[in-house]
Amino acid sequence: MTAPKTLYDKIWDAHLVEESEDGTSLIYIDRHLVHEVTSPQAFEGLRMAGRKVRAPEKTIAVPDHNVPTTPDREKGIENEESRIQVEALDRNAREFGIHYYPVNDIRQGIVHIVGPEQGWTLPGMTVVCGDSHTATHGAFGALAHGIGTSEVEHVLATQTLIQKKSKNMKVEITGRLQPGVTAKDVTLAIIGATGTAGGTGHVIEYCGDVIRDLSMEGRMTVCNMAIEGGARAGLIAPDEKTFEYIKGRPHAPKGAQWEAAMAWWQTLFTDEDAEFDKVVTLKGEDIAPVVTWGTSPEDVLPITAEVPDPESFEGGKVDAARRALEYMGLKPGQKLTDIEIDTVFIGSCTNGRIEDLRAAAEILKGKKIKEGIRAMVVPGSGLVRAQAEEEGLAQIFIDAGFEWRLAGCSMCLAMNPDQLSPGERCAATSNRNFEGRQGKGGRTHLMSPAMAAAAAITGRLTDVRELM
Amino acid sequence: MEKFTTLTGVAAPLPLINVDTDMIIPKQFLKTIKRSGLGKNLFDEMRYLEDGSENPDFVLNKPAYRNAEILIAGENFGCGSSREHAPWALLDFGIRCIIAPSFADIFYNNCFKNGILPIVLPQEQVDELMREAEKGENARMTVDLENQEITTSEGKTFRFEIDSFKKHCLLEGLDDIALTMARIDSIAEYERKMALERPWV
Ligand code: SF4
Repeated sequence: MTAPKTLYDKIWDAHLVEESEDGTSLIYIDRHLVHEVTSPQAFEGLRMAGRKVRAPEKTIAVPDHNVPTTPDREKGIENEESRIQVEALDRNAREFGIHYYPVNDIRQGIVHIVGPEQGWTLPGMTVVCGDSHTATHGAFGALAHGIGTSEVEHVLATQTLIQKKSKNMKVEITGRLQPGVTAKDVTLAIIGATGTAGGTGHVIEYCGDVIRDLSMEGRMTVCNMAIEGGARAGLIAPDEKTFEYIKGRPHAPKGAQWEAAMAWWQTLFTDEDAEFDKVVTLKGEDIAPVVTWGTSPEDVLPITAEVPDPESFEGGKVDAARRALEYMGLKPGQKLTDIEIDTVFIGSCTNGRIEDLRAAAEILKGKKIKEGIRAMVVPGSGLVRAQAEEEGLAQIFIDAGFEWRLAGCSMCLAMNPDQLSPGERCAATSNRNFEGRQGKGGRTHLMSPAMAAAAAITGRLTDVRELM
Repeated sequence: MEKFTTLTGVAAPLPLINVDTDMIIPKQFLKTIKRSGLGKNLFDEMRYLEDGSENPDFVLNKPAYRNAEILIAGENFGCGSSREHAPWALLDFGIRCIIAPSFADIFYNNCFKNGILPIVLPQEQVDELMREAEKGENARMTVDLENQEITTSEGKTFRFEIDSFKKHCLLEGLDDIALTMARIDSIAEYERKMALERPWV
């Protein structure tokens, strides 16, 4: 009998091309996703060495970080550097013959939303992208992680990566979630519990009843932020929900191939006695709607709490918290629900899927956002946008006073014109609250789409349960 | 890639934890399609004031550290985005070695692809080196990769661990792609096998 394996072990073993004595391994890559920011230097490297893309049929490119999201975007990109980057991707995709979704294709969107939506991401695959939030695809039981540009070039040229195996970490969320608590609260609560370096050197497998009960969209939200917990990747074992989501998508297997794939996919789970190097367990009932107060995703607290005193931390965190409060313009002891906001951003690869828009629209239905608040919804893909329009969600947002945008990364990292100005405070559904992330001097509070919608209505951080 | 053997230089102290890649190189500088020229914007938001002039309080602007080649920092250095622009910017500034209690995975890997040596040491030892670095340009340190040793100006040595394959590549300045290209037959063999076993991929 072979030793019991974790899900990670199984996927790793299935992709091992070669392993040398010291454990350095050559791992085969099934899907390579590419966007415009981290790829130009990689394609240039190929060109200079006279190399080709080894498996163009497994390589998918889409521009997302730099694209404008205003309705007039077919006019082109005004910022010259942004335009050059997107044009470089256009050219590289054509020259190297890879799958491509250009800016004005309805299927265009954030790379981590487009991959699953088009059926490129499948269970048991290895998926990489020059982007740390590649972890998102782990929701399908795919081993998915971010890589740097040199590695992008390596994958383009060889369809493999040189890797050493990470450790196994299990994060189990037991029980049930309380009303008003979403996948975003779960993933933030995990980071709050483990810290931003808690997963470093590990691949996390998320499990437990709470994870099983989440939709595929919710699972993607959880895995998306595995990187904020320091992990290389997050995984969730595929189940009926996963197969249901995949079936019929443009690039999903069909007919006999579907049957063959299913036979393998159903073996993708952690064996009963498999060992993990680290285990963290949280109770679903203990998780409240949360927001971040500082400049690290681990700076997370239930919305009912108060801004903490830096002195209450230990070690380097005391200074970090002091610096964070100064940057955020907050005082210890201030109630989180007293913090007034200027802007609301709903979107990103964390929360730009249809279910996220439904959750926000549910809160906004028949209501208006507070006067003076700037609020925008940026769907994660053109198809999410179209579906939201069909379901009447777009109208709810527009009636409430939101701007209804085209798909892209937008204010998640503000490489396009969607930015915060210095001191501007934002309720955001994205994944990073770093200094300057959403614009120089901008102040970000991370939260779920429902919480962001609630904040838009009251003009301050708000416990969504009061509006339900 | 440039080889890394031994390096003797000034070490700059940056006693912050969770230094993220947005801090190392803010996103407005990611719009380049080149690898070079990012050094002037390294730590841009901390390094320059509102009006674009240098912030005299930031460590790399102080006369003693303007030519620093080593950086000493707090835990979880390089967290956040996968942007390789972060090591490119450090390298372009002249930093070839970073010493910290821990690094974020992707950043750590990216360093090696660019001839930068990231060294992990226990917190107490990093604290000691941090105090040493605070002495300024008289406190030049030597990092010897072959012997895996850091020696301070006073002759105190610290041993560090490093993966043997990564060490080999840095010492020889080896390019990963060329190494893997030499194993292309195994890759082709794997692909043939998978075309039968998992044809839907
Ligand atoms: S939405 Fe934000 S986190 Fe996601 S890929 Fe775009 S910039 Fe990165």
